[in-house]
Amino acid sequence: MAAVLETRKLCKSFGALTVADNIDFRLEPGARHALIGPNGAGKTTFVNMLMGVLAPSSGQILLGGEEVTRVPQSARVRRGLGRTFQVTTLFRSLPVLDNVALGIAEREGTATRMWKPASRHQEIKDESMQLLAALGLADDAATRVADLAYGKQRLVEIAIALGLKPKVLLLDEPAAGVPSHETDKILSNLERLPPDIAILIIEHDMELVFRFARRITVLVQGVVLTEGTPEEIARDVRVHQVYLGEQAHA
Amino acid sequence: MSGYSADPRIRWTEWLPWVAAIAFFFLLPGYLSLGARILIFILFALSLDLILGYAGIVTLGHSAFFGLGAYTAGALGAHTGITDPLLQLAAAAAMSALLGLATGAVILRTRALTLLMLTLAITAILLEIANKWTSLTGGADGLSGVKVAEVLGLFRFDLYGKTAFFYCLAMLFIGWWLVRRIIYSPYGAMLTGIRENAARMHAVGAPVYWRLVLIYTISATMAGVAGALLTQVNQFVGLNVLGLEPSGDILVMLILGGVGRLYGAFIGPVVYLIAQDYLAKQYPEYWYFGIGVLLIIVVLFARGGILGLLDKWLPFLKPASSARASAR
Repeated sequence: MAAVLETRKLCKSFGALTVADNIDFRLEPGARHALIGPNGAGKTTFVNMLMGVLAPSSGQILLGGEEVTRVPQSARVRRGLGRTFQVTTLFRSLPVLDNVALGIAEREGTATRMWKPASRHQEIKDESMQLLAALGLADDAATRVADLAYGKQRLVEIAIALGLKPKVLLLDEPAAGVPSHETDKILSNLERLPPDIAILIIEHDMELVFRFARRITVLVQGVVLTEGTPEEIARDVRVHQVYLGEQAHA
Repeated sequence: MSGYSADPRIRWTEWLPWVAAIAFFFLLPGYLSLGARILIFILFALSLDLILGYAGIVTLGHSAFFGLGAYTAGALGAHTGITDPLLQLAAAAAMSALLGLATGAVILRTRALTLLMLTLAITAILLEIANKWTSLTGGADGLSGVKVAEVLGLFRFDLYGKTAFFYCLAMLFIGWWLVRRIIYSPYGAMLTGIRENAARMHAVGAPVYWRLVLIYTISATMAGVAGALLTQVNQFVGLNVLGLEPSGDILVMLILGGVGRLYGAFIGPVVYLIAQDYLAKQYPEYWYFGIGVLLIIVVLFARGGILGLLDKWLPFLKPASSARASAR
């Protein structure tokens, strides 16, 4: 099967520091794939290269079989690539509804209209409300994001990305900073995501990773150490040494 | 205020500036030239609010467009037979739009201090050109003898400034209506998104740079029209329309009134120019001191500008967006 997202020999160095070293990676349609690795392994750099925030030093990125290595971020998003941020990146002083609506308007191509008031674009608002309802945020639609509990802000992150109807969704630590009793709410929402979206999740919470992912790639110092099913990864001695072992010592 | 949750209908308070302007015309007929000047600077401040208040582009060079518009109208009126005021306005708008597009496309790839310095550099360069190109601009002496024909072939610019006042009021009304339309539109909402969090706008697929170039061009066009109006009303244009000083003045006016709230651009110039007029008569050498004190008081005690204070003291003036209303 053709990969929806693929990298070929992807490299990135900052001076003498190599943060991505010949990464070959494939994301299959409908995948539930996790990228794990110790701090500083280059996970977020990898996501930023996939999105087009950072330009790779060498190598290729293919989205839906087409090369997008030099394509700007906005064009990649329009081709079906969505993301959430590790550090909450929202429109803090705007209502939750607007946070989602801005993204949906971009997808629909109505974001550049200058005449009809935004609040009369009923179809954008209706879709935003449906999306918020699906994530259990309907009651918060009119609340400013800054006034929202942190766990709900993480859900707004996901809502914005879903509003783009992505074919590929990159979740950069969706549960980062969320208290453990709220992680379940995020996970259950992730589990209900449409099965045809290919998802790459970057996560430190191993419990979440092993419950959610069907494939796992382990990244260590910019190099892919191994890839496999959760069972294979759990059994892999090297993974225990470099990653799980390190965590046990910490 | 704007955006998908806002109520776009015009509230009764939004008619107050226009009622005040008409009242000014009948109650203070001796001050019509000051009135026209205020209206022009409101239009200039509105154009600045569009990029600073809504899109978050910080600039110290907005006078470049104001000045180019002023000199375009001036050069046409003084050196050519094109004396129709609306034609002069159109030419000024076109020139400023071109400059906005050309410079915006270069400088909007940068941010923060770099952007600030580049905007300043552009207006400084224009000031130097205007200073040196005396055959066109009159240089340091200014360009006098700017001919302006009747508005629509009907209304002569009279000695008392009646025509000038209504002419400026009409242009300001059009400018206000366009700006209001834009900020309540999806484009305005999207600009607020860029100001709030550019990284997120990139991630939802917005080509942020092009969006900024477009609004910068629109804003430059408006500023150019404002500059042309000043030339037409004075039938003179001098070097004081270019460089840091007018850029700083308009920024101070907007901050005084309140940034990013549309009507701050109305209140700021009124307070600033009336204070300037009064202080300049009372203390001709120290009037800037009074403006300075006013600015310090506002930024220390009224972060939202004078309009922010009015919101606090007179809550019924506050725009009740449907978001806030339903959150209550």
